[in-house]
Amino acid sequence: MTRVGRTERVVRYVLMLAVLAITVGPFLWQLSTSLKGPGENIYPSPPSFVPRDPTLANYAEVARIIPVWDYALNSLKVAAANVLTNCVGASLAGYALARLRFRGRTAAGLVFVAALLVPLESIIIAQFTTMRDLGLNNTLVAVVLPGSVGALNVLLMRNAFRALPYEIEEAAVVDGANVWQRFLRIALPSVKGTLAVVAIFAFMGAWDDFLWPLIVLSDPDHFTLTVGLNFLHGTFADKPRVVAAGTIIAVAPLIVMFACLQRYFFRGVGEGAVKG
Amino acid sequence: MSVRTHRAASPWLFLLPGLAVVAAFILYPFLSTVQHAFTDARTLTPGVWVGLRNFQEMLHDPQFWTALRNSLLYVVVVVPCTVLLPLLLALLVEKPLKGVVFFRAAFYTPVVASVVVVALIWVWMLDDRGLLNSMLEMLGAGPVSFLGDAWLVLLCAMALTVWKGLGYYMIIYLAALAQVPKELHEAAAVDGAGPIRRFVTVTVPAVRSTMVLVGALSSVAAFKVFSEVYLLAGPTGGPAGEDSTLVMLVQRSGTGLSGRVGYASALSLVIFCIALVLMLLVLRADRKEKSA
Repeated sequence: MTRVGRTERVVRYVLMLAVLAITVGPFLWQLSTSLKGPGENIYPSPPSFVPRDPTLANYAEVARIIPVWDYALNSLKVAAANVLTNCVGASLAGYALARLRFRGRTAAGLVFVAALLVPLESIIIAQFTTMRDLGLNNTLVAVVLPGSVGALNVLLMRNAFRALPYEIEEAAVVDGANVWQRFLRIALPSVKGTLAVVAIFAFMGAWDDFLWPLIVLSDPDHFTLTVGLNFLHGTFADKPRVVAAGTIIAVAPLIVMFACLQRYFFRGVGEGAVKG
Repeated sequence: MSVRTHRAASPWLFLLPGLAVVAAFILYPFLSTVQHAFTDARTLTPGVWVGLRNFQEMLHDPQFWTALRNSLLYVVVVVPCTVLLPLLLALLVEKPLKGVVFFRAAFYTPVVASVVVVALIWVWMLDDRGLLNSMLEMLGAGPVSFLGDAWLVLLCAMALTVWKGLGYYMIIYLAALAQVPKELHEAAAVDGAGPIRRFVTVTVPAVRSTMVLVGALSSVAAFKVFSEVYLLAGPTGGPAGEDSTLVMLVQRSGTGLSGRVGYASALSLVIFCIALVLMLLVLRADRKEKSA
């Protein structure tokens, strides 16, 4: 551990507080706006962060003009489904690529690597026409399907299974366990950490996604929160308090989740960037 | 090494969900993009082979050139900031000071939020009478109509992209900095090198490969920008589309009932190729410097 001198310490704290203001300040400003009543000036100079008379009226108002709770539920459904399919699909495929020996394994691995190289934005129109051909456009299923087993997640799980000591499974083989039993009872419980990373990023990715749901959903009843917020912004831009309430509804669950599971968020950045 | 005793069919059962999804929703759409790029397909009609006509049309389409310029400009401005600023930020929170863990987490907050949420927050802050302008007013300046000028909107969107990525790339850099031997810094300090000299002569060479990685990741991401500009400049990228980016052009021309799937696919193919070239360029620059 290197010692930090006194001046340096002061400078560091001052700088960190400045960056804190830049990164977190906008969220607090939005929260503050969402709590300010119609009687309070939201354009004061100097700006005031603390609402004079905090009210939840804007949250009621946003729910009145758009079905924001239905959108939240749609986002939740999409995110939960994305977590489930990615955890199951990626751990199954990752296990086969890491631990099973069969003809075509290298080719199967390359398929996932190739998929990783295709920017989603460059195939989004074709994904849209594919969904149309399947008759799935404008459904939540269509929102989930393209990312339901992410290639990156498969490769992350493969790496996690590869890193496991080989002997544990060997013993199970001797005991007569078949491949499914080895996967479920021995291998899977040993990679819980990576599985948590996959789950969290699958949730966050689906909850935050915008371009694909925007393209595939046309019926306002099926909007997810991000598409709904875009609609709110386009139609009610003259109601900043209400738009603010909407954005807080969309971001609060993720901030809570991040506060609780920070470790996995940071771990995911490392694994995703280095091995991706 | 692999465990052998299993029925021959089971590996493929394990792979089935993953391969099916990737094949149906990534690889097939990619091939179909390539195929559609040479047709005049529309949303409701399959279209016929038109050869290179979509690409010829692109060359004469002022919207394409504007969008290409904006997307490339995005890379040129955003990538250097994204390579450098998070590194400085990582150096700031690297030392084990009290509360530093809190600061790291706080700096990461914008990464967690949806781009739609942060863009709407920014729209509100950049409002003619918003937070930024009332702060400028306190300093006796402004007001600046941030969202009133096409160039300024684009610049604000770039700032938003950099701001949103700060925490993400900071974490990548922190992992890299943890691998740098402390002795290097100490030796340089003993030699009388100041903080800037030490940054240039010790830190940068030690995290070079991470900088290249960040450069590669962020240049592809910046080139594919959609949401930030879409939300700040509006769905058409301003009244005359001056702020439109390539992905916005794809979204606008390829969707809807009269969507020109063929033309949008040709645009998509251009995006794919440029993204790939960007990636290779950055990675090659790294290899060259390493071998030199």
